[in-house]
Amino acid sequence: MLKILKYSFYDLMRSRWSYVYFLFYLALGFVLLFLNNDVSKAVITLMNVIIVLVPLIGTIFGVMYYYNSKEFTELLLAQPIKRSSIFLGQYFGVAGSLTLSLVLGLGIPFVLYGLLKSDAIFDFTLLLVTGAFLTMIFTGLAFNIALSNENKIKGFGYAVLVWLFLAVVYDGLFLMSLIIFEEYPLDGFSLAATMFNPIDLSRTLILLKLDISALLGYTGAVFKQFFGTNSGLIISILMLSLWTVLPIWRLTFMAKRKDF
Amino acid sequence: MIQVETLYKKFGKNEVLTGLDLHIQEGGIFAILGPNGSGKTTLIKAILGMVIPNKGKIAVLGKAVKNQWKYRHEIEYLPQIANFPGNLKVKELIRMIKDLRQKSSEEDKLVSMFGLEPFLDKKLATLSGGTKQKVNIVLTFMFDSPLIILDEPTTGLDPAALIRLKELIQKEKEKGKTILVTSHIMQFVEEVADEIVYLLEGKIYFKGSISELLEKTEQSDFEHAIAAITSPMSNA
Repeated sequence: MLKILKYSFYDLMRSRWSYVYFLFYLALGFVLLFLNNDVSKAVITLMNVIIVLVPLIGTIFGVMYYYNSKEFTELLLAQPIKRSSIFLGQYFGVAGSLTLSLVLGLGIPFVLYGLLKSDAIFDFTLLLVTGAFLTMIFTGLAFNIALSNENKIKGFGYAVLVWLFLAVVYDGLFLMSLIIFEEYPLDGFSLAATMFNPIDLSRTLILLKLDISALLGYTGAVFKQFFGTNSGLIISILMLSLWTVLPIWRLTFMAKRKDF
Repeated sequence: MIQVETLYKKFGKNEVLTGLDLHIQEGGIFAILGPNGSGKTTLIKAILGMVIPNKGKIAVLGKAVKNQWKYRHEIEYLPQIANFPGNLKVKELIRMIKDLRQKSSEEDKLVSMFGLEPFLDKKLATLSGGTKQKVNIVLTFMFDSPLIILDEPTTGLDPAALIRLKELIQKEKEKGKTILVTSHIMQFVEEVADEIVYLLEGKIYFKGSISELLEKTEQSDFEHAIAAITSPMSNA
């Protein structure tokens, strides 16, 4: 698997898009720090960008890479390599290079600005960790969708729909259900609903770490009670890990059964 | 060398292989023939483990291949359409495959045999179809494995390259290897093949030497004999 990972990784590192992605974050980091003049505030703005953009890029890159490397995959399938290694190697190649672009692109400006001496270092690290998780999760979902759809247009469409649902529609449905059932106690429901969407989960996790939960009112207090504690943090990280592992597991399962 | 027992495969509603049995003994060149869509490539891909059969057993070198991958060390495969990652250079592709297989190889000899030196530093996406096929051939023949599977090896080759390919196949045969080849160029098949395996409607319709085929179909030349199988009315 490591060999496939190496080749996929190099292949992506040589492609222009990894650099564009890296430079985008680099520029974003510098601009935000320049405009905000404060690491903590920059982290909040950054969160809003990352929460939406990272899943989108993960999804699109994942689908694109899978379809573009079809020839490479077919070549590898005839070689003495385990099937699951081929797909896992490619997956980790894509997810790894995207994560690297994200971490380096944002890390460099923040470190230069004096992150290491500021108190925001923990928040910033959490931001990068959730960013990495979101990359892994959405690249995994994208690979699953691409593997199940021979038709590129369909695969691309479904992948973008999944992103749109989790990033936008889910929140809408969530809010509407809160309004409709406002007479009932909704703490448990909203906690569970947040857990089932990796994007919401990441957002809540960061918001609460940033100590601005007062903005969220009563629910915020409930959330704070849950997510603010160490066990809440651990459960959230576990949940994100589960979100990462499930698509990877299905990927290996599907890869064993597919014809090429 | 290869044992295939009651192999079934369908893609959606399209039943491609319907209870195919095939035994290929060690050594010699076997041509797998059949009309378009008769399941030649599916059979080959099933042997390679790229297509998962619905039913049936395949064994290569005495071992069942289901969910296995190590046996592919013993197989060289030339795919029908040379689809390579376009952003790699020829040199890099050769190095990569060598790295993946971890076996001694003799690519230099083959590269000069097919005159590929000027293309080594070119990206695969910029190569012509025939040149890609030559690269394909180099990648297939550069290792020393007992089983070689060639799916339409002649596609796009110029006459000089075709002659070299035939020499190469004969040389490998002399080493005692087993070679499976599919082709629609009957002249090529007639020249190289020791035995014919004819697939029709997902089963083996005929297996034997060319002279046996001529006898069976009561034809005097090979191309007509093959055509006669495909249209059974004229065969009657």
